[in-house]
Amino acid sequence: MTVELRLEWVIPEVYQLFLISALFIQSMALGSRVPSAARWLPWLAGVGVVVSGLSLNLRGVLFSGSYQVDSLSQFFKMTVSLGFALSVLNAVRQPTLERDKASEYFLFMALSAWGLMLLSSTVELISIYLALEVASFSLFPLVPLRSEDKGAAEAGIKYIFFGGAATAIGLFGFSYILASQHTTYLIDLAQKPWAWSQSPMAVTGLTLFLCAILFKLALFPFHFWAPDVYQGSSNETAAYISTLPKVGAVAILIRFASMLKPGLEITTILAVLAAISITYGNLAALVQTDIKRLLGYSAIAHAGYVMIGLIPGTPEGTAAAAFYIFIYVLMNFACFWVVCRLSADGRNLELNDLNGLHERSPGLALLLAVGAVALVGLPPTAGFMGKLFLLTAAWDHGYNWLIVIAALNVAVSIYYYLNLVRHAYTREADPAPAPIFHPGFSVFWGACLAALVILFGILPDLVFRFVLPPS
Amino acid sequence: MQGTHLPVLTILIGFPILGCLGLFFIRQSHHVRVFSLAISIVELLLAFPLFGFSLDTPAFQFVEQLPWAPDWGVYYHVGLDGISVLMVGLTLIIFPLCILSSWSYISRRVKEFHFCLLFLSSACVGVFSALDLVLFYLFWEAILIPMYLLIAVWGGPQRQYASLKFVLYTVAGSALLLVALIAFRIEGGTFSVPELMTRTFSQEFQCWTFLGMALAFAVKVPMFPFHTWLPAAHVEAPSAGSMILAAILLKMGTYGFLRFCLPLAPDASQTFAPLMIALSIASILYGGAVALSQTDMKKIIAYSSVGHMGFVTLGIFTLNLRGSQGALFQMLNHGITTGALFMMVGAVYERSHSREVVDNQGLGRYLPAFMGFWGLMAFSSFAFPGTNNFVGEFLVLTAAFERNLWVGALTVPGALLAAAYMLRMTQRMAWGEPASPKGWKDLRIREWISLLPLAFLILYIGLAPTLFFRVMNPTLDHLLAGFRAQGISAHVSTAEKPPLPIEAAVKTDATEKEGP
Repeated sequence: MTVELRLEWVIPEVYQLFLISALFIQSMALGSRVPSAARWLPWLAGVGVVVSGLSLNLRGVLFSGSYQVDSLSQFFKMTVSLGFALSVLNAVRQPTLERDKASEYFLFMALSAWGLMLLSSTVELISIYLALEVASFSLFPLVPLRSEDKGAAEAGIKYIFFGGAATAIGLFGFSYILASQHTTYLIDLAQKPWAWSQSPMAVTGLTLFLCAILFKLALFPFHFWAPDVYQGSSNETAAYISTLPKVGAVAILIRFASMLKPGLEITTILAVLAAISITYGNLAALVQTDIKRLLGYSAIAHAGYVMIGLIPGTPEGTAAAAFYIFIYVLMNFACFWVVCRLSADGRNLELNDLNGLHERSPGLALLLAVGAVALVGLPPTAGFMGKLFLLTAAWDHGYNWLIVIAALNVAVSIYYYLNLVRHAYTREADPAPAPIFHPGFSVFWGACLAALVILFGILPDLVFRFVLPPS
Repeated sequence: MQGTHLPVLTILIGFPILGCLGLFFIRQSHHVRVFSLAISIVELLLAFPLFGFSLDTPAFQFVEQLPWAPDWGVYYHVGLDGISVLMVGLTLIIFPLCILSSWSYISRRVKEFHFCLLFLSSACVGVFSALDLVLFYLFWEAILIPMYLLIAVWGGPQRQYASLKFVLYTVAGSALLLVALIAFRIEGGTFSVPELMTRTFSQEFQCWTFLGMALAFAVKVPMFPFHTWLPAAHVEAPSAGSMILAAILLKMGTYGFLRFCLPLAPDASQTFAPLMIALSIASILYGGAVALSQTDMKKIIAYSSVGHMGFVTLGIFTLNLRGSQGALFQMLNHGITTGALFMMVGAVYERSHSREVVDNQGLGRYLPAFMGFWGLMAFSSFAFPGTNNFVGEFLVLTAAFERNLWVGALTVPGALLAAAYMLRMTQRMAWGEPASPKGWKDLRIREWISLLPLAFLILYIGLAPTLFFRVMNPTLDHLLAGFRAQGISAHVSTAEKPPLPIEAAVKTDATEKEGP
């Protein structure tokens, strides 16, 4: 095990740390002559995507084997950078963010993304826990930063309490794992028995530890916070919370997937939770009228879908899960991009606010349609390819019932996703509102998102090469 | 087969998509119409190389295969055989007519309308030519959203209800199709249809996958208990939408039975054939009986579609050569005839603004040319000898009688019902007392142009079906060889019986293929 520390292996993290420092200095600066963070951050975050993209091929092991730089971690770092850049771009003109808090807002956001980057490389329980905390704690202050909104404060409190409780449970579970398996390295843990009959204590511990991660993913029964927090936080914050933390959670779950052999009790529990999550999320979303709440329940369902790829524990399965969470970031952002652009004063949008969107803003209506269709999983979008890979990877590993439930749920989910399209395309707004003025950037980035969602649906191999380990 | 020929099918699939993109740059609605029509006609001309289709082989032709997501065994794999080449041809003919028929009817959101049409035409060609299960499913589902929009945006008063029902039924049906396709991939090791056709699967596996696929196809056809979305969708859709729905989308269901259920799950098809036959007969009788009690012209034709498609599924699941010939003929014929009828209902609606039969009586005096065409289409619809439907229905009836006397006997009233409702409607429309004298104009040039090709096809298929027999026979022979080898329908092999007159022309061809 090498102890050498080579800086070039961690370039994305270092770059993100540089952004954080810059934001920290910015938040200290006073006076009106300081350029606001919104002016320079999108560019630097964009450079961050390039930096992460360039470091996709780095490989190495750091810090006594607790920090692993491999194809998976680099892919996730790239995803996090991309999501961070999109979030920043999305949030630069946030109407409900007070101007003097903008630097802190972006500082916490960057810090959280940094934590997620670390999380995707950690392969040791204590470092996992630390990275998870960095990612979570910096997220907590983001939620209440919605000016003069009591709902946001409520959402913030809920998020902190649920989050704190989940991590505490995770830590408790960690102690059980350490006590019974005597190691914290995932690579050693994978060699240990994980059947209930052989090591009940470790299985209990792992189950509890997973709670902390599943909370991030918002899988049933750790989903309670998701719709409330989405609804309470500002549109832009919800866009961030609904995407990136899930990337981190999936990155960790993929590391754990090698332990979760099909047939083990814990795998079965996860499969059952996934099935409930998919069904519950979709059914609950059917009756929502607040778009963000709707997307919140849809996120619960999607957490279940991602789990399908993790349950077989095969390279194909984990690759499918990684692919799915990547495109989930894109398609969820596509929907949130529309919500954020439409809500000029930062309020929550109802479904009826979408009426007549095709006339007011054809571009946004098309983007919303692409995003919604992708979330259903209809071709030719990336959502279809993602679902196909997930279901194909998991077939014939003893959980075929899960696949059938997942496939049937597509028929449930299409109702509420189609509702978005229906309001945008077939309903007319009652007092016809004025066409929305689009700044060029809104249309341009929206078109980019839609193009990516369709491109990865037609050519999934572009992404896939990076997540499937060479056989 | 894998020679370096022109990638015809890729061009046919890709060209309308390019047209879609081109639409973004056109502003005036009139230019949009002309442009889309031009695209669809060029598309038809691009299909010219398909005439090089070889009539001597059951193998897939014009095959193209490219790796797409090779890690998952997904290939871009297209090709045509005797079944699909006819369907692709039908698709290509119907689309320009759809654009023509909505020339003056669609006046708002013209660009989006034609965007949907062009996108649909590409996806329809894709469905019929895909030889990879994933590719097939991709095109199959891609049809959903544009078709939804066609009904939901340009439809009638109940469009929200009808369009949603259409989508929910179709998606619910095809959810398990995806699972079945994945099961084939894991069990058979490939998504490629021609390869899977050579594998044999266990009886239990066949039964499950058959049910998964059959549900999707039965909803699409639609067969009796799953048919309720169809009348709603047909009635509310604009006439171009109804035409596509009737002429092409319904065929995707029966095509699915022929392409996937029969060859991939032959034992299960055998097991479930009595059930499918029962459902088909129920569709025929139920569709006919309900059509008899309708007063809305579109509803009559919509329910007649249920009946006609019942004939198709009946033909398929008699599992003998005549039955599947008849089924394939009925698929073509129903596309042509019902497509034309929907187009004509649209035309008369533009004049009277009503689809009730009572409001459109006595047209013989005002619109003689229209009524002439209508008469031809209506006669064709209830299978009058000399028209195309006669060929198909006759073959299906023969096959039904060959399979079982009772099956045949139960089907006959369906044919009678069709004559009853069609004749009654036509009689009222031609000679009924007009509600009020109207100064209607007879057919315009545009309508002549769009009806003539269909009228020609009706008579051509009705009087000289030989060419079509020759196109479909090698493929169907090959398809049914498995069933015949098992001695399942040996008693109906054509070689043992004196050939039917209608088959005399192709007898030599067919018997050559029979072989030992």
